[in-house]
Amino acid sequence: MDAPARAGASTAEKSISSGARKRRTSWTPMWVAYLQAAPLALVFLLFFILPLLATFVVSFWNYTEYSIEPAFVLSNYQDVFYGCFSGSSGLCTTFATYLSTLKFVAIVWATTLFIGFTVAYFLAFHIRTLPMQIALFMVCTIPFWTSNVIRMISWIPLLGRNGLVNETLQSIGIVDAPIEWLLYSDFAVALALVHLYTLFMVVPIFNSMMRIDRALIEAAYDAGASGWQTLTNVIIPLVKPGILIGSIFVVTIVTGDYLTIGIMGGQQIASVGKTIQTQINFLQFPIAAANAIVLLAVVLLTIWGMLRLVDIRKEL
Amino acid sequence: MAAGSAYRQERRPRSFYALAVFFALFVVFLYGPVVTILTLSFQGPSGGLTFPMNGFSFYWFERLWGGGGTVDIGTAFRRSLALGSTVMVLTVVISVLAGLAFRRKFVGSTPLFYVAIASLIVPSIVVSLGIALEFRIVDDVFRPILSSIGLVSRRGNSLGLFTSGLGAHLSWTLPFGLLIMFAVFNRLDKSYEEAARDLGASNFQSFRYVILPMIAPFLIGIALFGFTLSWDEIARSSQTMGSTNTLPLELAALTTTVTTPEIYALGTSVTAVSFTVIFGTLAAFILLQRRRQRRALAD
Repeated sequence: MDAPARAGASTAEKSISSGARKRRTSWTPMWVAYLQAAPLALVFLLFFILPLLATFVVSFWNYTEYSIEPAFVLSNYQDVFYGCFSGSSGLCTTFATYLSTLKFVAIVWATTLFIGFTVAYFLAFHIRTLPMQIALFMVCTIPFWTSNVIRMISWIPLLGRNGLVNETLQSIGIVDAPIEWLLYSDFAVALALVHLYTLFMVVPIFNSMMRIDRALIEAAYDAGASGWQTLTNVIIPLVKPGILIGSIFVVTIVTGDYLTIGIMGGQQIASVGKTIQTQINFLQFPIAAANAIVLLAVVLLTIWGMLRLVDIRKEL
Repeated sequence: MAAGSAYRQERRPRSFYALAVFFALFVVFLYGPVVTILTLSFQGPSGGLTFPMNGFSFYWFERLWGGGGTVDIGTAFRRSLALGSTVMVLTVVISVLAGLAFRRKFVGSTPLFYVAIASLIVPSIVVSLGIALEFRIVDDVFRPILSSIGLVSRRGNSLGLFTSGLGAHLSWTLPFGLLIMFAVFNRLDKSYEEAARDLGASNFQSFRYVILPMIAPFLIGIALFGFTLSWDEIARSSQTMGSTNTLPLELAALTTTVTTPEIYALGTSVTAVSFTVIFGTLAAFILLQRRRQRRALAD
C-alpha cells in the first residue's frame, strides 16, 4: 500500500461516511478508533521506539570504567570496526563474528525450510479431514509454547559424552570412543536452532498452502502434469509469500541469537548478541549500543534484500 | 479437503507413506528430547545427568521445592506467574481494542502496523538493551527533580518487574495478539453487527452482545500466547528485570552451574505449568465452540 493510494482510500471513505449512501462499515465516531489504538501505540512508543532511539543516541556517548557520559564521539563505532578496513590479512573480530553467524543462518535456514516445507505439504495436501489437520498442526505447535531453555538443555542427556547417542553408538560398535563434537559444538548449536525454530517455517508455509485453490491442482493433473511438476510449477510459486515470511523469521532470529549459541556452544562460540551481552555485563553501554545499532542495520538490510527478492505485496 | 481430490485419490499415493514417516520422525525430533528430561527428572538420589536411571524418586523435586537445594525457586516461580498473568490480561485487552481500531483506516494505522511487525523482528537483545538504556536515562534526568519534591528516593533505579519488565514482555506479546485479531476480524461476518444496529443497539451494546461473544474463543488463544510467551521469555527479560530474576532467567543461569538432575526437575515443573495452561486453554476453546454449536442447533 503506497501513500497516494492510501490517501485516496481515506478520502473515498470520508465521502462515503459523510454521504452515507453506500453500505456503512462503521458507526462509531472516528475519535473512538484513535482511543482504541492508543494503548497499543503507547506501549510500542515507550518500549520499542524510544528504546531504539536511546540505543542510537547512547552509541555516540563516551564511557569510562564506572560511568557513561553524554557526548558525540565516533569512537564506539571505530572500536566495533577496529582493524576491519586496515587492509591487513585476516578478518577483524566483528567481521569474523558475523561470518560465523552467517554460517549458522545458512545451515539453519536451509534445514528449517526443507523440514518446514515437507511437514506443511504433508499436512496441507495429504491429510484429508480438517479436524485431523488441526490436530496434527497443534502437535507441531505445542512445543512453541514451552520454554526454549528447557528445550535446549533437553539435548544434554542425549548428546553428552555419556549421553544416549554415544552410549548407543559404542554398544553397537560403530565408534570406540565417545564422539566429542555432539555437544557444546557448532553441530549442537545448529541442531538446537533447527529444533527450536522449524515451527516458524511450518506455520506461514502451511497457511499459504491452505489458501491454494484445490481446483488449480486438479487442473494441473488434468493437463497432464506429474506430481513433481505440480509441486514445482504450481505449489511452490503460490507458497512463495509463506516461504518468505518464514525465512524472515528464521534469519532474523538466528542473526540476533545469543542464548542458543551460548548454551549449546558451551559459551565458546562467538555471536553478535553474545558480544553485546558481555559488554553490557561490563557496563560498557555505549559500545554495546554501537554493536546493537550495527546488528539492527544488518537485520534490516537482510529483510530489505529478501523483500526485494520476492515482491510480497504482489504475492499476497 | 476438496471432494474431487478425495474421490480421485481413493488409494493413498506412495508419497503419502514416505511423507507420513517424515512427519512422524519430525514429531519424535520435536518431543523426544523433552521426554528424556521429563523422565530423567525422576532420577533416584544417586542418579546423574544422563541415563541409566538409578531408581525412581521425587528426590530432586523435593530438593528443588524444599529450598534445601542450590536455588530459591519459589520466589522466581511466583514472580513469573504474577508477571505472566498481568501480561496475559493486558495483551488481551490491548489487542482487542487495537483490533477494533484497525477495522477502519485511521491516520497512522499503516506505520503502527509496521512498528508492531518490527517489534516482532528486531533482535530481542537490542530491544532489551534499549529499554535498559531508556530507563537509565530517565532515571538520570528525572529522578533528581522528582526527589527534590519528595516523590521518589534519591538513589535507586526504576528498572523492575512491573515497569521495564512488563513493557519488554508486552512489546513481544502484543504483535502476536494483534496478528490474531487481524485474522479474527477479517473472517468476521459484518451482517450480524449491521443487524444489531438495525435493531437499535448502541455502539457498546453491539460490541458487548454481538461482537464479543463471536470473538471470545479467539481471545482465549490470545491469552494463551500472552501467558506462555511471557512465562518463557528470556532474551527481552535479560536486561530489563532490574535486580529481580524471572524463572527462565534463573533456569538459564543454572545451566552453567548445576550438575545434578535438580535442573531437570525444574524443567519438568516449568513445562508442567506450560502444559496445564496450553491444555486448559484448548479445552476451554473446544468447550466454548461446542456450546455455541449446541445453541445454534437449538435455535
